[in-house]
Amino acid sequence: MVAVEIRNVSKIFKKEAQEVVALQDASLDIEAGGFLCLMGPSGSGKSTLLNLIAGIDRPSGGRIVINGDNIAGMSESQLATWRNHTIGFIFQTFNLIPVLTAFENVELPLLLTKLTRTERKEHVDTALALVGLKDRMRHYPRQLSGGQEQRVAIARAIVTDPLLLLADEPTGDLDAHSADEVLAILEKLNKEFSKTVVMVTHDPRAARHATVTRHLDKGVLLPEGVSA
Amino acid sequence: MIPIKYNLRSLVVRRVGTLMTVFGVALTVSVFVSILAMVQGIQGVFVDTGEPLNLLIIRQGSQSETNSFFNRDIKGIVGTMDGVTAVSGEIIILLNQERTTGGSTNLLLRGISDKTMELRPKIKLAGGRMFKPGLRELVISKTVSGRFKNTGLGDTVKIGKTTWNIVGLIDAAHTAYDSEVWGVYNEVSGEFDRPIYSSLLVRVSSPEVIQSVKDRIANDRRIKLDVFREQEYFAGQTSTATPIKVIGYVVAIIMAIGSCFAVMNTMYAATAYRSREIATLRVLGYKRRNILLSFMLESFVLSVLGGIAGCLLALPVNGISTGTMNFQSFSEIVFQFRVTPRLMLEGIVFAAFMGVIGGLLPARSAAKTQIIRALREA
Repeated sequence: MVAVEIRNVSKIFKKEAQEVVALQDASLDIEAGGFLCLMGPSGSGKSTLLNLIAGIDRPSGGRIVINGDNIAGMSESQLATWRNHTIGFIFQTFNLIPVLTAFENVELPLLLTKLTRTERKEHVDTALALVGLKDRMRHYPRQLSGGQEQRVAIARAIVTDPLLLLADEPTGDLDAHSADEVLAILEKLNKEFSKTVVMVTHDPRAARHATVTRHLDKGVLLPEGVSA
Repeated sequence: MIPIKYNLRSLVVRRVGTLMTVFGVALTVSVFVSILAMVQGIQGVFVDTGEPLNLLIIRQGSQSETNSFFNRDIKGIVGTMDGVTAVSGEIIILLNQERTTGGSTNLLLRGISDKTMELRPKIKLAGGRMFKPGLRELVISKTVSGRFKNTGLGDTVKIGKTTWNIVGLIDAAHTAYDSEVWGVYNEVSGEFDRPIYSSLLVRVSSPEVIQSVKDRIANDRRIKLDVFREQEYFAGQTSTATPIKVIGYVVAIIMAIGSCFAVMNTMYAATAYRSREIATLRVLGYKRRNILLSFMLESFVLSVLGGIAGCLLALPVNGISTGTMNFQSFSEIVFQFRVTPRLMLEGIVFAAFMGVIGGLLPARSAAKTQIIRALREA
């Protein structure tokens, strides 16, 4: 079953008077429960493709259908609600809110749902337990290591039980040990919880955790098995 | 809804900027509250003056006792009317007295009758004794005593051609009479050779007869005078506070504009500093209106804190006594600053208004943050 269907998607930026093609005519299917790794040099368009799938950027052309919804036709407000329900996003720089504790950071997406306070607490406890940080829930981001911060960010990404987990260089700011822990969690989420994962990375070691790897070069999505 | 603790803790993190802005708003609010406390004090003097069963009679069209004079025979006509239980004929003289702080201003000297104290039960002797008939003696409000030279208990003061002794202090319970000096009618009238009355203070037997007594006085061809309820007459003098009120509002508005810019500057800095957090919240599913509301709320909280601090700054002026010119009687009116709970609430609402105005554009700008750009720039 296809979770994400990308058809002839392009993204063109206007920089001063010039047009810069960030992504050109990309087509791709991502199977439900798959673990796709997007690789390529800087500026190849891999993060652009990830942002388009996440609905935080809009394509200049083409169609992106996720779980039957064409997100290119959604309004800003509809996209926000859709992201909350469908996407779990993991950033390279963790992007935790520094003034909120680990628990409060993980709870943030749930505040947009109709869950009660008790239900929210159960969900947050479960998510933090899954990433092995239940004992750190009262800690602020500054009191955590980089690896722990990223694990909290993963808990925040999975707390709403989203269809898709999107990770943009999730190990880019981590040491090797913490990177392994994070990748192990992503692999666990994919294999044990059947989460569809799309990960952008430069790191070939990280790519080994994925079931499918696709390369991009200068905005072009290369055929399977071809690298730049 | 973004939790309020996010905003509150962010304010604490940026404590220097927060405190500077709170202080700026507090100064504006303290000026606003102080000026209104002054207005409230002046108005309070007049509003609190008068007894519900008292009527005040003055010359037609004179507007004030100081401009009024009429024949003393009228007292006899009014005194025999049905429903009237007591009448006090009084004379008002404006004295130009030197202030202890320098300069001079008019002080109101009232020549009173033996009925005066009965008709003004709120007024009590606060020191010394009442004057004796036939003697050039005065009692003075304890509020006025000390504001003018030679007006303390036991002092002598030159009025007209003779020297008068101050033998008593009165407490007029912060009413308009707290700005006066009193002597015996015959002595005051005789000193200035003015055998007239400035006003008649009339006590009626019950609230039901007030209108009929007023009507009879108004319709009597022998009496061409204006008649007011005593409370209405003094309430009408609250316009004395109008110039201060106008100047106060102008100053407060100018300062408020400055404070709005201070809030705006702080909030723009806050949104710029937290652009990545805003973008992250958007990625998590928060809508533009959630961001707008959150930053508006932060600005609101910031300003309300300033409002509370401003009220606390203004609180020490409460009860301070000072004086200004009563433009109805052209004499000094002594009043106390009144910082009331309602006034403090107004100050906080004023601050909140500044917060909403000052926070609107930065919050709008935060809500319009481009997610991709903010994530890249961070």
